[in-house]
Amino acid sequence: MTFQEIKELIIQEFGAETVVAENLSGLQPILTIVKEKLPLIARFLWSNEKTYFDYLSCITAIDDLKTGTIEVVYNFYSIPYNHYFTLKVETSRGDENNLPLIPTLCEIYKTANWHEREAFDLFGIVFEGHPDLRRILLPADWEGYPLRKDYKEQEYYHGIKVAY
Amino acid sequence: MPTDRIQYVYHKDNLQKSEPTRTKPEDLKSEEMIINLGPQHPSTHGVLRLEVITDGEFVKEVIPHMGYLHRCFEKHAENLPYNQIIPFVDRMDYLASMNSEHVYVMGLEKMLGIENTLPKRIEYIRVLVAELNRLASHFVAIGTYGIDIGAFTPFLWLMRDREHIQRLLEWVCGARMLYNYIWVGGLFYDLPVGFEERCADFIKYLKPKMKELEALVINNKIFIQRTANIGVLPLDLAINYGCSGPMLRGSGLKYDLRRVDGYSVYPELDFDIPVGKGDMGTIGDCWDRNYVRVLECYESIKIIEQCLVQLTGTHKRTREFDPQAMVPKKIRPKAMDFYVRGETPKGELGFYFRSTGNTDIPYRCKGRSPCFVNLSVINELSRNTMLADLIAIIGSIDVVMGEVDR
Repeated sequence: MTFQEIKELIIQEFGAETVVAENLSGLQPILTIVKEKLPLIARFLWSNEKTYFDYLSCITAIDDLKTGTIEVVYNFYSIPYNHYFTLKVETSRGDENNLPLIPTLCEIYKTANWHEREAFDLFGIVFEGHPDLRRILLPADWEGYPLRKDYKEQEYYHGIKVAY
Repeated sequence: MPTDRIQYVYHKDNLQKSEPTRTKPEDLKSEEMIINLGPQHPSTHGVLRLEVITDGEFVKEVIPHMGYLHRCFEKHAENLPYNQIIPFVDRMDYLASMNSEHVYVMGLEKMLGIENTLPKRIEYIRVLVAELNRLASHFVAIGTYGIDIGAFTPFLWLMRDREHIQRLLEWVCGARMLYNYIWVGGLFYDLPVGFEERCADFIKYLKPKMKELEALVINNKIFIQRTANIGVLPLDLAINYGCSGPMLRGSGLKYDLRRVDGYSVYPELDFDIPVGKGDMGTIGDCWDRNYVRVLECYESIKIIEQCLVQLTGTHKRTREFDPQAMVPKKIRPKAMDFYVRGETPKGELGFYFRSTGNTDIPYRCKGRSPCFVNLSVINELSRNTMLADLIAIIGSIDVVMGEVDR
C-alpha cells in the first residue's frame, strides 16, 4: 500500500483529528499523529490484514531545539507485503524534572523494549507503560541525557574528570 | 606526582551505583541465585555482562547489561561532516567495516540523488570488498562459536583463512580492519594492479577449505549434540523482536535485504538465500543459525567470483578510470529525514538521517544496529535451558559489542 492509502485508512478508523501533519518533501513521507493514539494506531497497523506491519525496524528520537519539541520516529515495515511506513509523534522537550511522556509500544512489538530504553537513556523520554525502563548504554548514575542538544556533561564522575 | 592528578577515587559502592543488578538478592526465591557472567569472560564475545538468575543448573532469566564499549557514535556524528563520519561507522561493527560503510554511503548517495549515476565498476568493487569482508566476519563468528563449544581447531583454521582476506583488503586500502575505503560517490582507490588474479587464486584455495570445515565442525557429532535443539527461536517471535540476518533466516524465513531491496548491483548477481531447515533438530536452533552462516559463505564466494568476472571483463580496469571522479566536493543533502538499510553479516543495519539542508553536518544520525536488536531476544532463547547451553546461545547470536554499544 502507498503512503496515501495508509493515511486514508488511519483517518477512516480514528478520525481526521488524529493526523497532525504530513511531510511529503523528503524521499520517504512521514505522518505525524497525536501521541495519545500511538499504541492504538500501531496495533491497528499491525493487525489489519491490508497493512500488516509486522516488523518495527527502528525507533529514532530527535531533539529539536528550535521548535522546543522532542520527536520520536517509528519505521514500520511489512515483510509479506514489502511496504513501509513512517510514523512520528511529537511532544514538548520538558526539562530534568518534567520529562516528556510518550506511550510505549512494548506490548505490540517486543523490539520496542530496547529501542525505547535507548531513547530514555540518551534523550530522557519516559515511555509510559514500559515494563523495564532503565538506562541501557550509560551507567545507572550518569547525570543528564547526552543526545539532547543543550546537554552539558557533569564535571566529575566517581572522581574522574569528564571533560578532557 | 601531585595528589590532585589521581584519576579515579575508589569507593566500594561505585560498582553498585553505576551498574546495579536488576534483581535484588532479597527478591529471589530460596532456590534461586544470581550469577554474574562477564563482562570480561571470553565466551561473552567482548564486553557483555549477563546477570543470570539460576535455579541450580537451570537458567531462569538472563538480563544483559551493556554499554562498556559505548563510544558515543551518534554524538560524534552530530558534530562532524558526513564524509568524516565514515571512519566512525567502521568502528561500529569492526569485523565487517566494509559492509557498514557500504550501507552508510548508499544512504547518503540516495539523499544526494546520485546513486544511479555511479560507474558500474565502482559498484562491483564495492560489492566485491563487502563480500570479502562478509566472509571474514562469518569466519570469526563460526570459529569463535567452535571455541565456545569446545572445538579449538576450527578457530585456528578459520583465522588462517581470514588472514588471507585481511591481507587482500590491506592491499586494497592500507588497513586491515578499519578501512575508510568506500567514499560517498566513489572509492578511495581503484583496485591495485594484479588484485583480481590474487583474489581468484584465494577463492580457488578457499573452496576445499570450506568442505574441510564442514567435515570438522558442522557435522561433528559432539558439535551437533551441543547445538541442535538448543535455543530454538520461533519465527513469529523472531519477527516480533526485530531479529534480522542469519538469526531470522535461521528461523526459516527467506528474507535478505540484498534481494528484498535489491540495492547496488545485487540484482544482477546470482546467489541463493540459505535458510534454516532444522536438519539436525528443530528449525531455528543454534545449529541452524550457525549453518546458515556457513552456507552464506558459499554464496559470498559465488558473488565474489561473478564480481571478478565483471571486473576483468565488461568493467575492466582502464587508464581513465578515476574512482574519486564522482566524489562531491560538498556533501549537502536537501532538508529531509531518511532511513536507509542494508544487509550486513549480522543483519539489517540502518541509519536514520536528518539533514537541515544548510550545512554538511547531520542534525541527527542514528545507527540501528542489528546486533543490538538481535541480542534483545537472548532472554527468550535461554529461559529454562542449562547454564552451559547459555554459552552456546550467546555464540549463535554472533554479537559484536562494538555495534551493540556504538
